[in-house]
Amino acid sequence: MSEKTVKRPVARKDMSKLQWTLKEMRRNYIGYIFILPFMFIFFLFTIVPVALSSVVSLTDFNLLEWPNFVFMDNYIRLFLDDDLFITAVKNTIIFAVITGPSSYLLSLFTAWFINELPPKVRAVITLIFYAPSISGGATMIWTTLFANDSYGWMNGWLLKLGLIQEPILWFQNTTYIVPLCIMVSLWTSLGTSFLAFIAGLQGINRSLFEAGSMDGIKNRWQELWYITLPSMKDQLMFGAVMAITGAFGYGGIVTSLCGFPSTDYVAYTISHHLDDYGGSRYEIGYASAISFVLFLMMMGCNLLIQKLLRKVGQ
Amino acid sequence: MAKTHIKDKKMRTRNHEVVLNRSVGGDLGINIFLVIMGLFMFLPMLYTVLQSLKPLDELFYYPPRFFVRNPTLKNYSDLLRLMGTSWVPFSRYIFNTVFITVCGVAGQLVFASIAAYALSKIKFPGRGFFFALIRYSLMFNSTVTGITSFIIISYLGWMDSYLAIIVPAWGTTLGLYLMKQFMESNITDEMLESARMDGATELRTFWTIAMPMVKPAWLTLIIMSFQGLWQSGSSIYIHSEQLKTFSYAISQILATSIARAGAASASGVIMMIVPIFVFVISQSNVIETMGSSGMKD
Repeated sequence: MSEKTVKRPVARKDMSKLQWTLKEMRRNYIGYIFILPFMFIFFLFTIVPVALSSVVSLTDFNLLEWPNFVFMDNYIRLFLDDDLFITAVKNTIIFAVITGPSSYLLSLFTAWFINELPPKVRAVITLIFYAPSISGGATMIWTTLFANDSYGWMNGWLLKLGLIQEPILWFQNTTYIVPLCIMVSLWTSLGTSFLAFIAGLQGINRSLFEAGSMDGIKNRWQELWYITLPSMKDQLMFGAVMAITGAFGYGGIVTSLCGFPSTDYVAYTISHHLDDYGGSRYEIGYASAISFVLFLMMMGCNLLIQKLLRKVGQ
Repeated sequence: MAKTHIKDKKMRTRNHEVVLNRSVGGDLGINIFLVIMGLFMFLPMLYTVLQSLKPLDELFYYPPRFFVRNPTLKNYSDLLRLMGTSWVPFSRYIFNTVFITVCGVAGQLVFASIAAYALSKIKFPGRGFFFALIRYSLMFNSTVTGITSFIIISYLGWMDSYLAIIVPAWGTTLGLYLMKQFMESNITDEMLESARMDGATELRTFWTIAMPMVKPAWLTLIIMSFQGLWQSGSSIYIHSEQLKTFSYAISQILATSIARAGAASASGVIMMIVPIFVFVISQSNVIETMGSSGMKD
């Protein structure tokens, strides 16, 4: 370093990385002020809870007594001593594996299919497909359609046609609970990712399709794979995140359709187990261990799928 | 699509535009798929509405009919009457829901959009890190954070107060994520630079230049935030009857009595009509704004 330099504005190359960063921080300090309110709330109610649950999961906290550290005891109990948890994990994975990909593909293909319709028609169809996902309590109509008595639509007609002798208890019968819950959840699955796909498809530059056609693309499927999907990769990623997160958090629909718990726990998911220990028994330490496991499952699956999706169109 | 002409395999036209890579058979298959899907999605919604218009004898008719013969609004007036019997004046529940929804949506809109602006348009060190956190937060949901949020909220002393519902809603990341992405692709630095050159403060640039340009994004944010809050029902944080919400009250009214199938379906219609209505308004707006923003590039 030379000491006898003339005082002049310092160029970036003459500064250390730290100096440059500090200078940029000072120059753009307003950015920190702008994000501060949001980030404060976000940290307090999202980041801190996750960190906290990893710590609390190592204790026997129950809201009443001062917690003791029990280290891995909660996790050992979860995986070795809690049969219901294993059932819950199994059911959660079954639901996630079925509803995640199918809701994703359903959203993607429906969005793609309606993309070429005239704008007005598209708007109406978008509304019809999107509506079930936002109308919360409307899932209750399925308990009317599949009611237990003969006044339910399904039972009524099956009886009338002589296919069954007595009404089926749809949401109590272990054979039907899981398929019905999956069907209802697909009914509500054209949500945020569906809208993202519609927007993504609208944003693709049309000249790409003409160029593709010159380059020998012959049908809509090749066009989809080589042009459309690679051009909307960001939406595909986003949609996948939405689908996976939703699929693992599955539970609300089951409770509203079958009550809690469902017959023989056939539709009992991790989110139910969490409600049971956290909400009813106040075993907060144990419940934190459950939520931390669920957190790891959601993150792991998301990161894995993102890796796979980067390969689209290659 | 019935008017589609086929001149030769490569030169199909639709409304005088050449259609590339689309076979007639494929179009037909797609339309059949869409019709089936549409029926699956729409009929249950329609049935909800029809059920709410059926008099009692039609609700319990064997075999069940899909359509209503003698439509009546009796179910709705029954619901109103039941509302009158509730312990707390029913208008209070409605006020609570509206209050929570309005405060939650407004706060989310202000905080998320100003943060989104900073993350996308102000080049401060660390913004990559902050946005990465936001992105990762989309990969898990409130099921995971519920238990420990409960501890935090009780520690803050927000039990039995609207703060417990409204403030966490301000920090919802989905809206911020969408807003930031939208700003990144729709506002060029040049537009902001010219405002900054004229001596406008960042806050002013944000408010007068950036915000009007991202109308679709803030409408989207409003819808998303609205849906969550409107349906917030029997929250574990609220115990006083005075502070409970509309959807909670409805579920209570219906749970405490038998044979109120008619009123139940009427309440289902009321609960679903509002979010759908909000979406209808904003959807047309989003499409309109999208259409005009598409012409520029």
